[in-house]
Amino acid sequence: MELLLVMLIGVLYAAGVYFILRRSMVRLLLGIMLLGNGTNILIFLLGNITKGKPPIIDADLKVFADIYADPIPQALILTAIVISFGLTSFAIVLLKRVYALIGSDDLDDLNTPEEEDI
Amino acid sequence: MIDNQIIATVLVHLFTALLQLAFWRKTVTQRILSIAGTLTGFLFAANLFTKVYTGSILTMNASNWEAPFGIVFVADMLSATMVLLTSIAALAVSIFSATGVGRARMLYGYFPIFHFLVMGLNGAFLTGDIFNLYVWFEVVIIASFVLLTLGGRKAQLEGAVKYMAMNILASTFFLTGVGLLYGITGSLNMADLALKIPEVENQSIVNLTAMFFLIGFGIKSAVFPLYFWLPSSYHTPPSAVAATFGGLLTKVGIYALFRVFTLVFTPDEFMKTLFIVMGILTILTGAFGAIIKNNIRRLFSYLIVCHIGFIIGGLGLYTKVALLGAVFYLIHDMIVKTNLFLIAGLIRQLRGTMNMEKLGGLYAHYPKISLLIAVVLFSLAGIPPLSGFWPKIYLIEAGFSANNYAFVLSVIIGSFITLYVIARLWSEVFWKNDPAEEIVTDSFKPLKPFKKMLLVLPIGILAATTLYTGLNAEIIIQVADRISTEMLDTTPYIQAVLGN
Repeated sequence: MELLLVMLIGVLYAAGVYFILRRSMVRLLLGIMLLGNGTNILIFLLGNITKGKPPIIDADLKVFADIYADPIPQALILTAIVISFGLTSFAIVLLKRVYALIGSDDLDDLNTPEEEDI
Repeated sequence: MIDNQIIATVLVHLFTALLQLAFWRKTVTQRILSIAGTLTGFLFAANLFTKVYTGSILTMNASNWEAPFGIVFVADMLSATMVLLTSIAALAVSIFSATGVGRARMLYGYFPIFHFLVMGLNGAFLTGDIFNLYVWFEVVIIASFVLLTLGGRKAQLEGAVKYMAMNILASTFFLTGVGLLYGITGSLNMADLALKIPEVENQSIVNLTAMFFLIGFGIKSAVFPLYFWLPSSYHTPPSAVAATFGGLLTKVGIYALFRVFTLVFTPDEFMKTLFIVMGILTILTGAFGAIIKNNIRRLFSYLIVCHIGFIIGGLGLYTKVALLGAVFYLIHDMIVKTNLFLIAGLIRQLRGTMNMEKLGGLYAHYPKISLLIAVVLFSLAGIPPLSGFWPKIYLIEAGFSANNYAFVLSVIIGSFITLYVIARLWSEVFWKNDPAEEIVTDSFKPLKPFKKMLLVLPIGILAATTLYTGLNAEIIIQVADRISTEMLDTTPYIQAVLGN
């Protein structure tokens, strides 16, 4: 399971970086989203994935004796997902506005020359 | 020492923003609330600063969870200073915004978003938890996205795409670093991390994690290979927004670099060299970029980049004198850079353009305002008794004592080019004869005296702060000295957070 997740993270990061390096704005956005998801799975992986080992301590023990599923990474991911949801939805609206204004999906068309500044 | 008042500045801005949302589309009320809010924030920040300056490091445990388990807020000297400077800059910007920002933007929530942004900045400076720092960063960037795009002009949206892409990317890198850090140490509290990091067996994975933080914060603070988004977006929004961004947003990245690379990771030789090389290249590229620009705000954007190099290089030298110089420069820079963009906004009000070729003769028309601006420009260039001069002495001295002549040379070149650029700006904008006497659009003269005062007063406040920083340098040096001592010896911070 862990090996599978590691490979998935690698694929998500690689695809994300590839998309970000493209000139299309939509691909840029997709790349950012893939990178964000890769990061979320990375955090999930680092929290000792085990089945059926809740982080509940025995009454007569002071510390955990056995490996347990760490709940904190899941809380972190939940926060990160909510944040990236907000950012992504903003980004989609922004790109739509840019497309409506400029009529192009190419990042190279986004350079208003200095002479046109106010 | 536990003190629940340290998050007062965060709460003041939160409640100001919420109150303003209740007065949606009532711009006059929002303006008054904004100035009142930033003024209250300033008073709380000054109170916090005095408490930390005369006493010791203050902490607050959120929901009374004990330190390594819950989220902790810490006000040490560095945090308190940053909060104080932020509140001064925010006060100036909110006064300037009252007339400097168009009514259309105010109708769509300029002021509430501005206060959410300042709230995020204060939170980022005060938190002692690394994941919480990430969350505050996100609060800051999402507010800054809205401020940057509010108005929806073509240039603004173009700048916003680059700004948005790079900042989300930076956050992703930062989050990856946080995840890895939690994976190796099992902790998120920065003081706890400082104790656990040296005990990690595999130090190379620690260094790898440090790189993620370096890239994440490096993008946000605009250091050499990662700064290109800054000059292509900071000239687009209204000047009040650009002032907030230029003075405060890149500096929160610098703050995070200072915090993480003095407390959590201790830089090794490779890291220090990397910081110095990045610093030198940031100074040179920023300075040379500034030379060729004709638009005032594009020029100032490159100067931001240039001067960030001084601070990063000072961090790279990592001696007491170098850190002192870097912190002093940070204190000077936050106030001056905010002021520069406000000045650009004022020049736009005076002449309707920010292109140096179309400007001229401002000194003949507005001698008093020009003299006020001259003080700020001189202090930026580092003319001796003013505030830009002192930190450079410390940086150069630190460079000499570390035998790092490349850094000394680049500081000198950077200062020299800054001086040249400022001299060119002065002669083009203020001394040159007015090139087009008849088509000048002066939207300043028809304003009522009260509104004129609202535009000039914030520049005066910040110029007075700059003068104070320069003329009372021994007090600022004491503050910077304490900050650099706390950076090199983190035991008091750790003890304050974790107890003994």
